[in-house]
Amino acid sequence: MTAGPGVLIALIVLPAAVGIALLLTGRRGDRWAAPAAVITTVVALAGAGIVLADRPRTSLPFLGLVDGGDLRFDVDGLSAALVGLVAVISLLVTWFAAADLPPEAARGRFFGFFLLFIAGMYATVTAATVPALLLAWEVMGATSYALIGYRWQEPGKLTAGTRAFLTTRAGDLGLYVAAGATLAGTGGLVLGDLPTAEGGWQHVAAAGVLVAALGKSAQLPFSAWLSGAMQGPSAVSALLHSATMVAAGGYLLLRVQPLLEATGWAAAAAAWSGALTALVLGAIAVAQRDLKQLLAASTAAQIGFVVLAAGTGAVAGGSAQLVAHAAVKAALFVAAGAWLTSLGTKQLAGLRGAARRHRGIGAAASVAALALGGIPPLSLWATKEQVLAGTDGTILRVVGFAASAMSAVYAARMLTVLLARPTGGEPLDAEEPGTRRVPVAVTVVALVLALFAAGLGVLAWPPVAEAFDDVVGAAGAAPGLSELLLGGLLALASFAASFLILRARPALVQSLEDSPLGRWVGLGHLLSARPALAVARAVAVVDDRVVDRAVMGAARVVRRAASYVAQADGRIVDGAVRATARGFRWAGGVARRPQTGLVHQYYVQVAAGLGFLLVLLLVVR
Amino acid sequence: MLLTVVILLPVAAAAVLLTVPRLTGSTATWVWVVASLAELVLIAWMWLRFDPGTGAAGVTGGLGYEVDVQWIPTVDAGYHVGVDGLSLPLLGLTAVLFLACAIWSLRQSDRPRMHAAAFLFLETACVGAFAALDLILFFVFFDLTIVAMYFVIAGWGHGNARRSALKFFIYTFIGSLALLIGFIGLFLGGETRTFDMVALAQNPPLTDSPVAGGLVLLAIGIGLGIKTPVFPFHTWLPDAHTDAPAAGSAILAGVLLKLGTYGFIRIAMPILPDAWQRWAMVPVVIGVISVLWGALAALAQKDVKRMIAYTSVNHMGYVLLGLGAAGLAADADPQARAVATVGAVYQMVSHGLLTGALFLLAGILWSRGRSYAFNEWGGLARPAPVFAALLAVAAFGSLGLPGFASFIAEFQVFTGALQAAPVATITAVLGILITAGLFLNTLQRLLTGTTVVPDDRTDTDTDLTEPADAVAGGATATLARPRRDQQMTDVTAREVLAIAPLLILAVLLGLFPRLLLDVIEPAAVMVTDLVSR
Repeated sequence: MTAGPGVLIALIVLPAAVGIALLLTGRRGDRWAAPAAVITTVVALAGAGIVLADRPRTSLPFLGLVDGGDLRFDVDGLSAALVGLVAVISLLVTWFAAADLPPEAARGRFFGFFLLFIAGMYATVTAATVPALLLAWEVMGATSYALIGYRWQEPGKLTAGTRAFLTTRAGDLGLYVAAGATLAGTGGLVLGDLPTAEGGWQHVAAAGVLVAALGKSAQLPFSAWLSGAMQGPSAVSALLHSATMVAAGGYLLLRVQPLLEATGWAAAAAAWSGALTALVLGAIAVAQRDLKQLLAASTAAQIGFVVLAAGTGAVAGGSAQLVAHAAVKAALFVAAGAWLTSLGTKQLAGLRGAARRHRGIGAAASVAALALGGIPPLSLWATKEQVLAGTDGTILRVVGFAASAMSAVYAARMLTVLLARPTGGEPLDAEEPGTRRVPVAVTVVALVLALFAAGLGVLAWPPVAEAFDDVVGAAGAAPGLSELLLGGLLALASFAASFLILRARPALVQSLEDSPLGRWVGLGHLLSARPALAVARAVAVVDDRVVDRAVMGAARVVRRAASYVAQADGRIVDGAVRATARGFRWAGGVARRPQTGLVHQYYVQVAAGLGFLLVLLLVVR
Repeated sequence: MLLTVVILLPVAAAAVLLTVPRLTGSTATWVWVVASLAELVLIAWMWLRFDPGTGAAGVTGGLGYEVDVQWIPTVDAGYHVGVDGLSLPLLGLTAVLFLACAIWSLRQSDRPRMHAAAFLFLETACVGAFAALDLILFFVFFDLTIVAMYFVIAGWGHGNARRSALKFFIYTFIGSLALLIGFIGLFLGGETRTFDMVALAQNPPLTDSPVAGGLVLLAIGIGLGIKTPVFPFHTWLPDAHTDAPAAGSAILAGVLLKLGTYGFIRIAMPILPDAWQRWAMVPVVIGVISVLWGALAALAQKDVKRMIAYTSVNHMGYVLLGLGAAGLAADADPQARAVATVGAVYQMVSHGLLTGALFLLAGILWSRGRSYAFNEWGGLARPAPVFAALLAVAAFGSLGLPGFASFIAEFQVFTGALQAAPVATITAVLGILITAGLFLNTLQRLLTGTTVVPDDRTDTDTDLTEPADAVAGGATATLARPRRDQQMTDVTAREVLAIAPLLILAVLLGLFPRLLLDVIEPAAVMVTDLVSR
């Protein structure tokens, strides 16, 4: 129907417009910022439903001269799955944010950027041309900066936001290069044409897209920015840095999977990058002492599976993993946010037994944590098996399984703390004064998300899996029953073993926390700005002392030459003139000499003169 | 006729200002505001009635509001003016920026009449230079801008104003002499000896003598390169900006620098296509060096205004990259090269708006605390949230975030130039990362942290210190220097009225680029075709 394209545009424009309006009103809009945001996300959910059914495509004029310069949005199967994800998660987390934000916070600014981000995410997952993608991609990065640094008055927040923005921006340079390669290789800027790009440009485009996606999804070696991003408010972590923005990198790789396959090396690079990230970041997650840091590391690890899926061609499995992970992680971050507000801490030491204090949140978090560990029959078990079913090559498979087991380990790590019996001596209120209560809305949101987290396990059932494959429009290698059982057993075994070991050996936990894994194996040093600042200082010094001095030196040389010329002018040129004048004066003096007044001398002079003239006359004739 | 009115209206207003004795004080500035507003309305009217054409149009034909009157018949130099898709956006930019500066200067208390007259004269020179279609006419207006800006910096600047103004004047004037030598070379090299740009573009001179063509291009390149400015001719810019008044800096960065890049696209490329094609890697390389050098040098600055000045070097580097890539006809499709050209022209407009706004924002710092140093300001978001918001918007615009005109420009430059010069473009892309870092750093240092304002200093400005009462008993009055515990006050309505429209325009052109692209694209395609001959 004709409503589809308009609804798609509205889906992107409405949250953006409301967001900008909230930003412009400043503090005066605080009172109705949260209701406006919730209503907007509800309307967006309705619009998303229409869009999912209708699968429209639409275009807005933007750049010219080349095909694909317009802002084109197209909802195919993969986009449909993501649109649904964004719609549901954004509604739930916005509701959570409305309940969780302290009353005196600058709600207008918060929800303004929040809605702007949501609009950017909708645009990203439906973009069909490079300008549209890049526009939405970078807007997401900018809103992420603003939201991480939301409480800029507190030291360190804005620095973390800057780090996050600059790291993702560094990755985004790859997209700019890929844009040029797309134009060079296909004569246009349409994303779908990328696999058909000619020769070397195909490789350049693939490399660029890969770098951008890895950066946005906090894969190795970019992962450290996600650690800093945890400084943002809980709702920001729940939406941006778990479910959506970091998922955008994985989505992009799934979107351009044909391109990765066509170049060969890019698919392998993506697969290995994803698998290694899943393993290493999983290990890092185990060693964290802060719940949000653990969740951040596990986010990067789980998205690693999506990247692995894109590399191996399991598009359906990868998108299923995205959807399931979004629900699981959002639930966990909502719980972490609820505990931060209620107990005033996010350190695992202080959260001992937190699941028992508030039963609803505790139940939701426990279910979500089990799902995170890949325990059957919950969602991530099913999706991870779909991803791993597509991997071929033994080493890659082994790494994949190891990463899968690792996720069970850190899930166990979480649950050993959360489900323990509280001793009553936990260090509460370490970060802010806790309210000791969890609003009903927050519990409801968490439970709904946990329901999805568990319920999506139905994807293991072949008919449902096939239906999902149809929606996404990709055929994936379905995991056989034996694979599912094996994977489930592996997860259960790892989980149980870790649970028991970690409970029995607290010293082991301590040593893990103190190891380099606890400090994210120094990945943060990779993102240090010090080399750039040193180069910048050198450049500024050279500019002042060499380049400018050369110019001023040239000016001084000219001035000195001018003074020499002035001296030469005075001494030589004018001197010659003065000498000539002196000469004439001397001649005049000499000419006076014969005037002696003695007549006989005058006769001699006359005779001499006449004689001279006579000689002259004789000679000349 | 309309174009001639547009060119001469500001100088006529200046003449009125100087001759009518009653126009003093703020009335003088209001005259300037009214004249600028009229100028903007006229140019907007021209814009609406101008038909940019489709496909390739402009430069050699399809010019609007053309006037051609003989001036010096022996060398075929005439008063030939007209607009096309290249000059009309820049005329619009000039009008908008001068109006913003006029509004900004409404509180100018130091010789407002001469101030307004100088800027009006400068406006005529700028508009004339963009509208000129004759080399000698262009040269005359080019030099007049240098003269007028010298007076602005020397007369109303601060710090080392005289010295910086002199450095600016002599450096760019030498450049304009190199330009003149190039123009004379063009004149002598053609079959029909003429200074008319349109005629020269239709029949390019020096086609059969590559050496002469290269030398003439070198002369023109040096002349325009000093104005742009590119590395290594850029060192006059930081000093000139640091010591210029806020409005002067905004015009210097927003309009005058564009004369250099405009000269490349109007004169060098269409009139010397062979030489440009042969030597196209030179502007590409110099552009990339300027991009990185400008960004890195900006990152290390301790002074806000100097930092913004270096970012201008960086931004103009992208323009040169785009124009150079457009000349690499053998290595790239005409489509991609046209995209690069469009990006370069768009960058001229975008940079003018955003950097003009940035310099006016820096002017706010000067007016509050007489300092631009980073370590003397801090935590300004608390006392001045609107200032903080404007600065953040301008900073993100300047670093090229999508949603701003700068993204449209830089994206098209990179996308179009990659095919022609891949290594150079990939290197240049690093520039947007470095500028992101330096602008976020600036925001953090100026806006967050503990609130800091510069210490009171012994000023000689009478409007800042208050005269203390004489010591009782008739002894000499001790002028006590009051401790200015003056907090950073937020922006006034006048300041917002000057700055906000520039930023709004930058966002508008970032989200609805077709407004500007419809005008630029035909002319840019024409230039690309002409340079490929």
